[in-house]
Amino acid sequence: MYAALEAERAGASVILADRSLIGRGGATVMAQMTVAAALGEQTPDHWENHLADTLAAGRGLCDERLAALVCEDGPRRIRQMDSWKIGWAREDNHIKQAQAPGHDRPRCVYVDFLSTGPAVSRTLRTRLNGSSGVRRIGDLAIVDIALHDGEAVGATALHLTTGRAVTIAAKAVVIATGGLTRLYSRNSASSNMGGDGYALALRAGAELIDMEFVQFFPIGHLAPRLVGMDPIMWDPFRYKLGGKLLNGEMREFEGDYATRDQRSDGKYVLTRDLATYAISKEVEAGRGSPAGGAYLSFRHVPEVEIRRAFGPVVDRLAANGIDLARQPVEVSPIAHYHMGGIRVDDKLETRVPGLYACGEAVGGANGANRLSGNAITEAFVFGARAGHSAANRALNTADAWTAEAARPAVDLLRSAKRRDAPNMAASVLELQGLMSEKAGPFRSEASLREAVGGLERLTREVGETPVSSANGFDPVLVDSLDLRNMLLVAQSVVFPALARTESRGAHQREDYPGLDEGAWRINQIVALTEGRIDVRQSGRLLQGRDAI
Amino acid sequence: MKATLAIQRGIPGEAPLVQSFDVTFEPGQSVLDGLRVLRRESDPSLAFRFACINANACKECMMLIDGKVDYACTVRLKEGVTTLAPLPKKALIRDLVTEIAPPDERLQLSSFSIPQDGAVS
Ligand SMILES: Cc1cc2nc3c(=O)[nH]c(=O)nc-3n(C[C@H](O)[C@H](O)[C@H](O)COP(=O)(O)OP(=O)(O)OC[C@H]3O[C@@H](n4cnc5c(N)ncnc54)[C@H](O)[C@@H]3O)c2cc1C
Repeated sequence: MYAALEAERAGASVILADRSLIGRGGATVMAQMTVAAALGEQTPDHWENHLADTLAAGRGLCDERLAALVCEDGPRRIRQMDSWKIGWAREDNHIKQAQAPGHDRPRCVYVDFLSTGPAVSRTLRTRLNGSSGVRRIGDLAIVDIALHDGEAVGATALHLTTGRAVTIAAKAVVIATGGLTRLYSRNSASSNMGGDGYALALRAGAELIDMEFVQFFPIGHLAPRLVGMDPIMWDPFRYKLGGKLLNGEMREFEGDYATRDQRSDGKYVLTRDLATYAISKEVEAGRGSPAGGAYLSFRHVPEVEIRRAFGPVVDRLAANGIDLARQPVEVSPIAHYHMGGIRVDDKLETRVPGLYACGEAVGGANGANRLSGNAITEAFVFGARAGHSAANRALNTADAWTAEAARPAVDLLRSAKRRDAPNMAASVLELQGLMSEKAGPFRSEASLREAVGGLERLTREVGETPVSSANGFDPVLVDSLDLRNMLLVAQSVVFPALARTESRGAHQREDYPGLDEGAWRINQIVALTEGRIDVRQSGRLLQGRDAI
Repeated sequence: MKATLAIQRGIPGEAPLVQSFDVTFEPGQSVLDGLRVLRRESDPSLAFRFACINANACKECMMLIDGKVDYACTVRLKEGVTTLAPLPKKALIRDLVTEIAPPDERLQLSSFSIPQDGAVS
């Protein structure tokens, strides 16, 4: 949405397509709390401090140009959202900034606990409603980028409502499809986060970077079952009230792992990657909670304080049978964000001319681990930059659209058949189980090879021809197109994970614990070349893999 | 525990058909959880909308649940029969899916290049 607004502002005529309702189908509307930017309103700050924290969290792998862009341009975007009346929380006439783990000072703005994402979406939607240059179309799932002479000239989409193939001619295309956490069974994602954009980019000839780094959010809700509340909602509670992580023996354990990291503050002891590690290791050692995680306890916080901080939420929790003052909840790591993504230059352009990317679809800015609050800032900053760059290209490029450019994808959609095939919805579940077990936060050569084997089998079973069951709103066809993307993207995670024989940030190899700064302070790049997945590091081709 | 979901199915212009499915569930699970299990285990062609799954953020899974407009992600499964139907005041697309996007966010077919035989099946 930010890219569309900025492209329109730069004079382009824009089509904003979304496979769901506009601005409701992805992560942004689900985001809970923090947006990081060195505004310096709470305490003096400078974007270079934010950059230093971002680079430290990224454990040596951040693309410094992109990280600097996020940190330098972030404050401007936060203030722009402020002028669009998002309603950032204020105190004593200044925007309030909270401290979050890994940040060296209070830096994160928010609207209200649990409602920052909805406010971001609403504000951008309202701006779009008032814009005449952006045509918004929901229920339009982009299936492939249309290419002419290696340049992006539009896209082919499935119009979900009618089941028709729709072609869109464009002088520039921006991929803003969010992340891939739907590849994992336990995820905080929406159903649209199966990594469509990464697959679109790969098939169009673009490269991906840092794909092995999938961020697991350590304290995703596990038990008892919550309904109508987001599984990662516990973060704001910890920000505001503290909250003890206890193992199955009701003992605090974060301190046992804290020597691995100096970046601690009062409420959080460990950054996300280390907290994920600590919880998983406690469970592995037989010291987990009954459902297989850790306890998160607020029993040391007086009831009135809990209610003062989270009144309405406390009632919703009560409806879910949870009384925080009396009972700890169970939490465990949950796939949450993807550090990797489409490789872009500082104009947010991929190596395919005319193809841009923004938001979580972009890789590189956060290296091996993202700081909390950086993702929404990234979505604003990259959105604005990509929108601007795409508009510039559109205004200075001749129309190169040909119907042939869309032909392969149109043919693919037309080839969809009612055929005897496995249940695609069940295959999605299988893929998620496979990735969670074999390519989760802790991997080994053996588990990753099993992942490769499992993906191979699933790819064979699913086949190349899409399956259909009906005209118009056909969930079988959607699942089979999703699997086409998810299987490709899963390989793009597994192959570089197999190659990286060290542990760094969100990529932890059981068989290679610890950083290997000598060999692995490098990024890995994934490309699709004649149906083969290539993994490259520092310009060297590591291995060419037949895409399965 | 076992819930029976009596689901109104069909497309515009056809007489609606109510199909009943049994689904086993754990206490605390939502109607949306049940519908997703049905797609995986019984009928993958069952159409309903959802995006955020559990967060009550996307508002896509709105439908008629036991005669009341509600979100499938927040209503819990119960033992016995639950009836599910598409929203009554919105144009039906298929099964539990209705046209809920604001009119200015829908595809205007005439303004796009659509292959002659664009239908995909
Ligand atoms: C539960 C949750 C809480 C979070 N909390 C925070 C937080 O507090 N702070 C923070 O900084 N970050 C947070 N994050 C991360 C952050 O929200 C995301 O990284 C960011 O919102 C991504 O924005 P985006 O615009 O790139 O993608 P999204 O907001 O995910 O949007 C992607 C859009 O693309 C559409 N789409 C996908 N595929 C296709 C296709 N093939 N065709 C057409 N449309 C398609 C989707 O429907 C969706 O509308 C959170 C994430 C989650 C899931």
